[in-house]
Amino acid sequence: MDHLLELLADHDDASVLAGGTDLMVEVNLHGRRPGTVIPVGGLEEMREWNHRPRSNSVTIGAALPYSDMERGPLAELLPALAQAARTVGSPQIRAAGTIGGNLGTCSPAGDILPVLAALDATIHVLHRDHSRDIRFADFMTGVKRNCLTPGEVVHSVTVPLTRGWQGYAKVGTRNAMVISTASACLVHDAEEGHVALALGAVAPTIVRAVKAEAWLSRQVDLRGTFRVSPETAHEFGLRAASETSPITDHRSTAEYRRHAVSVLARRLLERSAS
Amino acid sequence: MSIPNDSLNESYSLNVNGTLREVRDAWLGESLLYVLRERLGLPGAKGACEQGECGSCTVIMDDRAVCSCLVMAASATESRILTVESLGENGRLSDVQQAFLDAGGVQCGFCTPGFIVAVHHLLDQNSDPDDEQIKEALSGNICRCTGYGRILDAVKVAARGRRDGVGS
Repeated sequence: MDHLLELLADHDDASVLAGGTDLMVEVNLHGRRPGTVIPVGGLEEMREWNHRPRSNSVTIGAALPYSDMERGPLAELLPALAQAARTVGSPQIRAAGTIGGNLGTCSPAGDILPVLAALDATIHVLHRDHSRDIRFADFMTGVKRNCLTPGEVVHSVTVPLTRGWQGYAKVGTRNAMVISTASACLVHDAEEGHVALALGAVAPTIVRAVKAEAWLSRQVDLRGTFRVSPETAHEFGLRAASETSPITDHRSTAEYRRHAVSVLARRLLERSAS
Repeated sequence: MSIPNDSLNESYSLNVNGTLREVRDAWLGESLLYVLRERLGLPGAKGACEQGECGSCTVIMDDRAVCSCLVMAASATESRILTVESLGENGRLSDVQQAFLDAGGVQCGFCTPGFIVAVHHLLDQNSDPDDEQIKEALSGNICRCTGYGRILDAVKVAARGRRDGVGS
């Protein structure tokens, strides 16, 4: 790790290579000729994840591939992360792509990012000369932009564990191998009595629907299990969608994205209520 | 390790199909797919989309099925790489290759090596997959000829063979 940070500090124009599923597409199809490439996939400490019962949290190495999040003990701890990971590309892509790569690219359609937003994840960033912990809300600053400065690398991500339902849903043009047209992650914290909702691919950054979250808290007692009426769920979806600013591009239209994300928010809320 | 881009004549070695293979005079941004086909004489993995969508370049890297077009070859010096060429023994077809022939799961054949590698990877982990598990495991491999029905049949034939102790 120290060697990696030295290299990064000495080559501040370097591209960090994790699973390659973004960078190599740029190289193969878009003629990108990266200056210096520093691969991180071989670093064991960046491919691990750890459950920390004392802080009731999970720390995930940046180079952990999606396929390791899809199933097994990590999936049981973080079902929304597992669901999001399972919607990424194909098995081959999920065997290569990583959570750190999703953060490095920071596409609004990145499938893991709404999960990190809904869970209030903390991003651990290392540099040869310093380290910093950044809340996800402050990490992503725009379309494919983040607050990393030269010489820094995402080392790992910590997410708190909550008691309550959590889930992820996305809409694309088909059922598999598809980039999100709109996506959503909902996390119910049954102890705090709160529902967090994060929306992807409907704004330059991931949107936390804080107004809809607050509105829902006023309508329904969210401690423990709860029920919602179809009308409340419908309005929750509409309110969430009104907090987004989708665009029309080659994948979809702004109108469709706004509609789709309202349906996703409604469905996730209905699934969380029982 | 860092990979400088300004050199066009670097050398490194890759562990491919159990043999250490020297890659000479290479540009270090080359994909593993390119290196396998153009530098190491292993044309089994096919290049089509070059963006990880079609699966025709699938190889096994450290027990994971990956798209070789998305692997920067020079970053894979520590990995064990297995290509479709490693699957048959002594010129004989592997059980999965034979099953694809028997079930008629091959038409133009371009996607076949990727499917064969993906099916080997599936059956090595689960010799009794149900239809959903087969479809999920092959969702990253695209075939434009067969309509997938006979490919599914081939996987079941191969799986049955393994459960009955035939082939490998």
